[in-house]
Amino acid sequence: MTGAPLLRVEDLHVAFTLRREGDWPWTPPRKLQAVNGVSFDLAEGEVLGIVGESGCGKSTLARALIQMVPATGRAIWQGKTDLLPLSRHAMLKYRADIQMVFQDPLASLNPRMTVGEIIAEPLRTHHPELGRDEVKARVKAIMDRVGLLANQINRYPHEFSGGQCQRIGIARALVVGPKLVICDEPVSALDVSIQAQVINLLMELQRDLGLTLIFIAHDLSVVKHISNRVMVLYLGQMMEMASGQALYGAPQHPYTQALLSAVPIPDPVLERQKVVIPLVGDLPSPLAPPSGCVFRTRCSRAEAICAEAVPQPTEGEHLVACHFPGPAEV
Amino acid sequence: MALLDVKDLGVSFATNDGTVNAVNGVNLTLARGETLGIVGESGSGKSQLAFAIMGLLAQNGRARGSVKFDGQEILNAPPAIINPIRANHIAMVFQDPMTSLNPYLRVSEQMAEVLVHHKGMSRREALAECVRMLDAVKIPDAKGRIRLYPHEFSGGMRQRVMIAMSLLCRPDLLIADEPTTALDVTVQAQIMQLLAELQREFGMATILITHDLGVIAGFCERVIVLYGGRVMEEASVYPLFAEPAHPYTRGLLRAIPRVDHEGGELDSIPGSPPNMTRDQQGCPFAPRCEFAGEDCAETLAPLVEYAPGRWRACNRSLEGMA
Repeated sequence: MTGAPLLRVEDLHVAFTLRREGDWPWTPPRKLQAVNGVSFDLAEGEVLGIVGESGCGKSTLARALIQMVPATGRAIWQGKTDLLPLSRHAMLKYRADIQMVFQDPLASLNPRMTVGEIIAEPLRTHHPELGRDEVKARVKAIMDRVGLLANQINRYPHEFSGGQCQRIGIARALVVGPKLVICDEPVSALDVSIQAQVINLLMELQRDLGLTLIFIAHDLSVVKHISNRVMVLYLGQMMEMASGQALYGAPQHPYTQALLSAVPIPDPVLERQKVVIPLVGDLPSPLAPPSGCVFRTRCSRAEAICAEAVPQPTEGEHLVACHFPGPAEV
Repeated sequence: MALLDVKDLGVSFATNDGTVNAVNGVNLTLARGETLGIVGESGSGKSQLAFAIMGLLAQNGRARGSVKFDGQEILNAPPAIINPIRANHIAMVFQDPMTSLNPYLRVSEQMAEVLVHHKGMSRREALAECVRMLDAVKIPDAKGRIRLYPHEFSGGMRQRVMIAMSLLCRPDLLIADEPTTALDVTVQAQIMQLLAELQREFGMATILITHDLGVIAGFCERVIVLYGGRVMEEASVYPLFAEPAHPYTRGLLRAIPRVDHEGGELDSIPGSPPNMTRDQQGCPFAPRCEFAGEDCAETLAPLVEYAPGRWRACNRSLEGMA
């Protein structure tokens, strides 16, 4: 890696304040820490996978980066600008470089707009100087690139299947030529056979256009497939981050190990030999996370220190936030 | 005699866009204590097949064919016949544990109701039995938690409540429709383990409906692969995964990203699933099949037993798929 990373995220925090029904007006609102001190570097052309179970803050983290939710910390773009304090107007300049693909392919498309209008909208926002013909030409080019037919340009989203709607979402993100695309569960609503098509498309586009991707998913197999590096989140905190090979081949954090062992393998021989590392109990409430290490309440290695001190991530390529990292004891 | 014997089952829905044939000519048998997996993608008809067996089709749905439970015809049977069977012999676990529990009632109310209504127990007996069953599904502090409302449970715990509820009358057959789809992987692993333990303990036959071949691989003895409302392949779980004999099954297995495999391009299946409103002739998979010929668009191959206990519906010979 030379020079500054494309994006350097330092100590990112996102908190939501919640009022409960029936609270007195003077009761202080409760605070839900959705993302708690996450830091990472993103090199140009890299694919960073973010995995975790529901409520771990993976989507909130992505949304914070493009100011869809307010966050504190720093998100330094190309070594120069911190994106987080930017005004709405100042952010607009960077929005063309950072685009997002959403989970629900149909719900993220305006049902009253044609496919052509949907894909052209970011162009009109970011490049108002372009003429009609130029916009249309670019829209058609990107539609062709993502595998949509040019003659579908006047159709409405409901006329497309889920996989095709996701292609429209991808085209909309790519039409302005972004550097970073944040994909928030882009394939989890799709069937297996369609999912493979969309994953292949994303991988191909990433390679050909030199895109940097943040790929968020709860499906560890999908993330493994597409990512160079993978971050595991639990209750808003990073548990482990390493290259895909290291994380899947030799996970060091007990949570990563449990998570990986739970993934079903479509092979009856392997699946029935597999040892699942059980997680005790339920996910703690994010409103009252455990002291010290957030994972300690469900961890087989937890000792007294885990309740007292928050484990700091180790240095180097393979980051583990655990007092007792090491291979799984099976 | 088979516990469940489904013959030529068809399900169709009258919609504004025409008739949707969700399930076509499905045959299946299930022995006591057997675990059968039904796998298919959205729109393959897997859930409607289960709903038809349970007599739970939507108002505009019609079922044809025959479903015999323990020798008795239950398809389109009047409530007087089907209700006692649903009460005492067949139970169902649904996908979404939140929407299938009544949010206004304490868990104790909705669980005890089952036993009071179907078994004529007193409330006190019923509650004691419910607590025992919640213990069996490993809900900690069952006695205290039974007083809670569904929203006070996590997703995994709610699904445990659903499973406990479905087992209250000790069914001979449990139909689980995507029981873990709404859950996280670690919770899914717990629930599948629990289902497997309970299945062994109670000895009930189980139909597991899912889109996840990984879940099937861990749980079922026999598997039926559905596509476009038709059975494409049926076999025991080991040969099905080792030597899939239908182009669709093979394509599906190749398209799944796996944690135990290296990354790289996936072998996707081109095209998209069939539109079920069109009247289908021929094989529903033909437009996406790499081995399809002209005959496939016109004639549907019957399900043939090509080896003992292994069935496939394909116009191409096995050798032709090599």
